[in-house]
Amino acid sequence: MASQPIASEPAIRHTLSREEAPFQWPLPPRKRPALADYSRETLMAYLETAPLDEVDISDPLYWETNSHWPYFRRLRDEAPVHFNAVNAERHRGFWSVSRWADIMAVDTNHQVYSSDAYLGGITLFDMDSDFIMPMFIAMDPPKHDVQRKAVNPIVSGPNLASFEGLIRTRTQEVLDGLPRGEVFDWVDRVSIELTSRMLATLFDWPQEHRRKLTYWSDVSTSDPEVPGNPQKEERQGILLGMLQEFTQLWNERVNSEPKTDLVSMLAHNPATRNMPPMEFMGNLVLLIVGGNDTTRNSISGGVYFLNKNPQEYAKLRADHGLVDSMVSEIIRYQTPLAHMRRTAIEDTILGGKHIAKGDKVVMWYHSGNRDERAIDNPDAFIIDRPRARQHMSFGFGIHRCVGNRLAELQLKILWEEILKRFDNIEVVAEPERVPSAFVRGYKSLMVRIPA
Amino acid sequence: MARITYIEHNGAEHVVEVPTGVSLMEGALQNGIPGIDGDCGGNAACATCHVYVEGDWLARTGERSENESAMLDLADGLEDNSRLACQISASPELDGLVLRMPASQH
Repeated sequence: MASQPIASEPAIRHTLSREEAPFQWPLPPRKRPALADYSRETLMAYLETAPLDEVDISDPLYWETNSHWPYFRRLRDEAPVHFNAVNAERHRGFWSVSRWADIMAVDTNHQVYSSDAYLGGITLFDMDSDFIMPMFIAMDPPKHDVQRKAVNPIVSGPNLASFEGLIRTRTQEVLDGLPRGEVFDWVDRVSIELTSRMLATLFDWPQEHRRKLTYWSDVSTSDPEVPGNPQKEERQGILLGMLQEFTQLWNERVNSEPKTDLVSMLAHNPATRNMPPMEFMGNLVLLIVGGNDTTRNSISGGVYFLNKNPQEYAKLRADHGLVDSMVSEIIRYQTPLAHMRRTAIEDTILGGKHIAKGDKVVMWYHSGNRDERAIDNPDAFIIDRPRARQHMSFGFGIHRCVGNRLAELQLKILWEEILKRFDNIEVVAEPERVPSAFVRGYKSLMVRIPA
Repeated sequence: MARITYIEHNGAEHVVEVPTGVSLMEGALQNGIPGIDGDCGGNAACATCHVYVEGDWLARTGERSENESAMLDLADGLEDNSRLACQISASPELDGLVLRMPASQH
């Protein structure tokens, strides 16, 4: 028998420390594969066969074109805990965790996998080190726990019941105002409209200025490197402006009787009333993005998925009782936040790989939601899927989405009201997507409701 | 096998038999009992199978793990007899166990 050379083990690689890769801006230029073009088709063909070690999936290109799927299928099959060193001078290198079970293991081990803003936070790219915004999602216990509890009551069961009538009335208003027989942008007219009104209510923010909340949400998650987005300093300035406006509200409310809006709740709770300004800003960003981007993109995604799956749309028309399970399936299928990131604070083992203290670990929720080891026929959109609630879009463990029940309620009411009014919402063009490895969203979705 | 009584927040009672080794969250899902969601599939990672263990049964259901405690601590309506049903396995010793549900799962 011919002897086989033993493959040399690749060098052990880990996230570069801040000493090895000091924060700099602008970031060093991004390396991209040399391809004839960067269309969805070309990128998907490339990702089918490219060496896994050659791909930097944090590149917004793959997300704007929605072409990342073959890469994650291959990761799940071939390298479920995989270190990405390409472009490490930009992001320091990170572990991609792509299977359901491994993601669950990370998400439920907050003792080892930290969310701390000062270690970089909860997104693949670190927070600007000259602009750290502590927020409870980017904290570890015990501070995380007390701050989360300060806002939890607004989205708890009894309070949600009190919102239901308001959400339904508004949804009816927005839907009744839509044009018939003409093309319009569902994102702007419905998804943003409904979520911004809800957010304004949660903050007791003036409804006439609700689009400011949408704007700040978009700015806080926007990538300063993408042309057309605010640059780094400009982005920071916009967020400081947001802080300024909210500080006025805070000052009014801290001296009044406690009320049930988020600003009053933060101003009066002992766990949050003495927050430094950057922490107040961080928590605002968290609550605005959490209440906005995610629900907005699931509202848009639902319309798109039903158009791509006409047999499911037909099932829904025939049985409106499927709305509940469909809402969960939409949230799974959309996975509005593609990932959450942690930082290992001690050496550990994950999926047979040695994760070193200081390593970045990225949990790809959209990949876990397509893992056939955990979910039957995961690439299919099935509105009456058994156990549709078992998806990972809300995350698991102590950082699990606090507003998940509100999101589900908004989507449920929306679809109940849509079904009462419209037999069909036709998507007339492929959506324009957000270029981000974090927010899986739609910039626009052009639709027509038949006259 | 254990006969388990699940009592919804509105008082509706469901008495079912749960096979030994199956979690009481699974027992509820498999019998279509409303009020228990089990979103994380039984990993003590979501707190949507929060239940109150009635009377003297609590000690017999064992101790909360660290993660179970952490999730319950963030849930609505935490009481001394709160448990996550996914962390309790049916066994003959639990025959007759009574669980009540909170107003909502969050």
